[in-house]
Amino acid sequence: MIGEIGQFGLILALVVATLQGTLPLVGAARGNIVQMRFASNAALVQFLAVTLSFAALTVAYVGSDFSVVNVAKNSHSLKPMLYKISGVWGNHEGSLLLWAWILALFGYAVAAFGRNLPDSLKARVLAVQGLIGVGFLLFIVFTSNPFERVDPAPFDGQGLNPLLQDPGLAFHPPFLYLGYVGLSITFSFAIAALIEGKVDPAWARWVRPWTLAAWSFLTLGIALGSWWAYYELGWGGWWFWDPVENASFMPWLVSTALLHSAIVVEKRDALKNWTILLAIIAFSLSLLGTFLVRSGVLNSVHAFASDPARGVFILGFLFVVVGGSLTLYAVRAPSMKGGGLFAPISREGALVLNNLLLSTAAATVLLGTLYPIFLDAISGAKVSVGPPYFNSTFLPLAIPLVIALAFGPFLPWKRGDLKGVLSRLKLALSFVVMIVGVTWWIVDDGPILAFVGMGLFAWLVASVLTELGDRIKLFRTSLRQSLKRFLNLPRSAYGMTIAHLGVAMVVLGITASEAWQSEKLGVMMPGETVTVGGYDFQFGGAERLKGPNYDILRGSFKASKDGVLVAELDPEQRVYQSPPMETTEAAIWPMMSADLYVVIGEEDGKGGYATRIYHKPFISWIWFGAIVMFIGGGFSLSDRRFRIGAAKARKKTIEKQAKAAGA
Amino acid sequence: MKLSFMTPILTFMVIAGVMFYALFYLDPKEIPSELLDKKAPSFALPAVPGYGDDLSSENLKEGKITLLNVFASWCVACLAEHPTLMELSRQGKIDIYGLNYKDKPEAAAKWLKRNGSPYKRTGMDLKGRVGIDFGVYGVPETFIMGPDGTILDKIIGPITEKDLKTRILPRLTGDAG
Repeated sequence: MIGEIGQFGLILALVVATLQGTLPLVGAARGNIVQMRFASNAALVQFLAVTLSFAALTVAYVGSDFSVVNVAKNSHSLKPMLYKISGVWGNHEGSLLLWAWILALFGYAVAAFGRNLPDSLKARVLAVQGLIGVGFLLFIVFTSNPFERVDPAPFDGQGLNPLLQDPGLAFHPPFLYLGYVGLSITFSFAIAALIEGKVDPAWARWVRPWTLAAWSFLTLGIALGSWWAYYELGWGGWWFWDPVENASFMPWLVSTALLHSAIVVEKRDALKNWTILLAIIAFSLSLLGTFLVRSGVLNSVHAFASDPARGVFILGFLFVVVGGSLTLYAVRAPSMKGGGLFAPISREGALVLNNLLLSTAAATVLLGTLYPIFLDAISGAKVSVGPPYFNSTFLPLAIPLVIALAFGPFLPWKRGDLKGVLSRLKLALSFVVMIVGVTWWIVDDGPILAFVGMGLFAWLVASVLTELGDRIKLFRTSLRQSLKRFLNLPRSAYGMTIAHLGVAMVVLGITASEAWQSEKLGVMMPGETVTVGGYDFQFGGAERLKGPNYDILRGSFKASKDGVLVAELDPEQRVYQSPPMETTEAAIWPMMSADLYVVIGEEDGKGGYATRIYHKPFISWIWFGAIVMFIGGGFSLSDRRFRIGAAKARKKTIEKQAKAAGA
Repeated sequence: MKLSFMTPILTFMVIAGVMFYALFYLDPKEIPSELLDKKAPSFALPAVPGYGDDLSSENLKEGKITLLNVFASWCVACLAEHPTLMELSRQGKIDIYGLNYKDKPEAAAKWLKRNGSPYKRTGMDLKGRVGIDFGVYGVPETFIMGPDGTILDKIIGPITEKDLKTRILPRLTGDAG
């Protein structure tokens, strides 16, 4: 019964989405207000219908209803409840249903919160959103139905891939999807603007919060994925430039660019065409990523089941969505009116530079990801593009990006004065010299890039704090006045400062952990002690245990520093029966200054065990940094002007900001 | 319509065209057929410092079946098949040669020290030149070489239990009997 209810929800959603994608467009063209307003109601019904369907699948999973093929293939009655629930989206069909559900949720959110949007714009945005929904629902119903039945029902399910039975991965896809789908909203806004033929600052004020939200979720989703790779793959690596990782990283790079260019549209009414193009590309890359992952045209360590019929469908969908929108862009964009002019050295100029670097970086990653397919298609030669390519092309773009990041916030709109900014950054420059000097004094060794990285970290922190100090006139007026100014800053100012500090933390984490990691690998006998990174690791021995649905080999280690016990580490190796598979559970002791990371492996037959012990300085800052960026995004999102969002409140808000910024 | 505004759509058309072609005509797991049952391309490479003797195409024609395994320290999937290779080398049924692909000597040595080396000989293909001759698509890849140095089979991606049972071991028993 539950499967049929889910199926019914899907069909209902498909019908409603089709209406939502057509009627309002007609209405907007003819000026028929009833047809335009239909969009909001349709968005609500579509949301409820997909919710029903998603709830049905969840119920099937929680109740282990193995008469549903999807549940039988991906769940198991013995699985812990958390993974029964995360199993809903831990497979192809279910993850698409989650996509469709978030899509409908966001569509409904625009309908519900967009009361101040002009009727025609709102109708068009919701219609485009409805059309995207049609695409996904068709895909689900025809190629990936999660409610298919099997008769007779098997006695038990086949179980979820053990690598995926992990809290980090349980929440990784939902966050990524929130990001991808959030970009669908900015895409819909871009298309609606192209149809309307106008972009005004009010439009940008709508696009920016959605980009912010999408970007924040993408940041968190990518960070969760990399954190999972870090502790679950047992190798201590956290980024592999795998096609699937690149598929989520490219939209992130482009949405970061979009985030910044939307500011220019909002504040200065310039860069409109570029912003629209970015919005289209950001969502297109999300779809392209889906295609690459789901179709199997690329060989990836992420072994998703691939099915040619699905590949054909996604490619067709990709062709219609991206081809259609870029054609619309080619036809309509030239007639858009450009906005305010600006000098190269100005806030706008800095944001353009940011955009150029970010989109070039995205293009490099795209090229590296697609190159093997291109070469294969043209010459039949099979090549692989590994980290060597990405590291040598990505870093030269990332470094100037971070350096330039410091300048942007100091420059005024329209025209700036580089000398003035440089003089204000003297303090930051001396801080760089100091940090690099201190680093060199402590470690006196390391690759040049490591010192560059430390310098970038210092540069970023110092300049961000200097900018904040400037804004609140620290030391130029009384402390009380400064505090008052600080409290009166708009939340978007906090957001920017926080997010940029997050970037600095990530830079520190990457630099320190890559350059100054120490490790000890080899066979250890029980009772043996090794010293890694200043910590003594004593191996207490290993024992074999039984877990809920796996066997365990667990080692116990005691880590101490100068004779004082710091941590007890119990790494495990797990052998699952359904499906048969081994996983490594590294034991990690995270600290502010470093992570202690211990992995246990095979017995050597003489009483010893293969062990890997790492000391990774500052590595957890990578993920803390990502969380800080997420928080920054949240602050910016809660800014007053987005909460009001109405065109009439705009003037007041801007005045207030100008006052608060003291510019 | 200005040309500059056409650039995005034209770029996308090229990408979409290639994707379409890839979806129907290319298989990343497929061996370039012209190499099967052909003699291995000739090459001579220095060993990873400290790990076995140098490797050349002559070593592949010493009258017995051998495995030529392409690996790299930056390759994640290589770890998945590593225990299988170690086990094979412990049993001593077959000689395994390691082609270290686009790696750094010290990184490769470190990797082998850390995981153990199943290889009798290793060769460092620093620029990936030999890999191109062999049609290496990605890492890992494993070539099953005949006694006279012909390529009998090629396994793309990590060697699975199934590959071992259906593609490697039968050839060995066939060889012995």
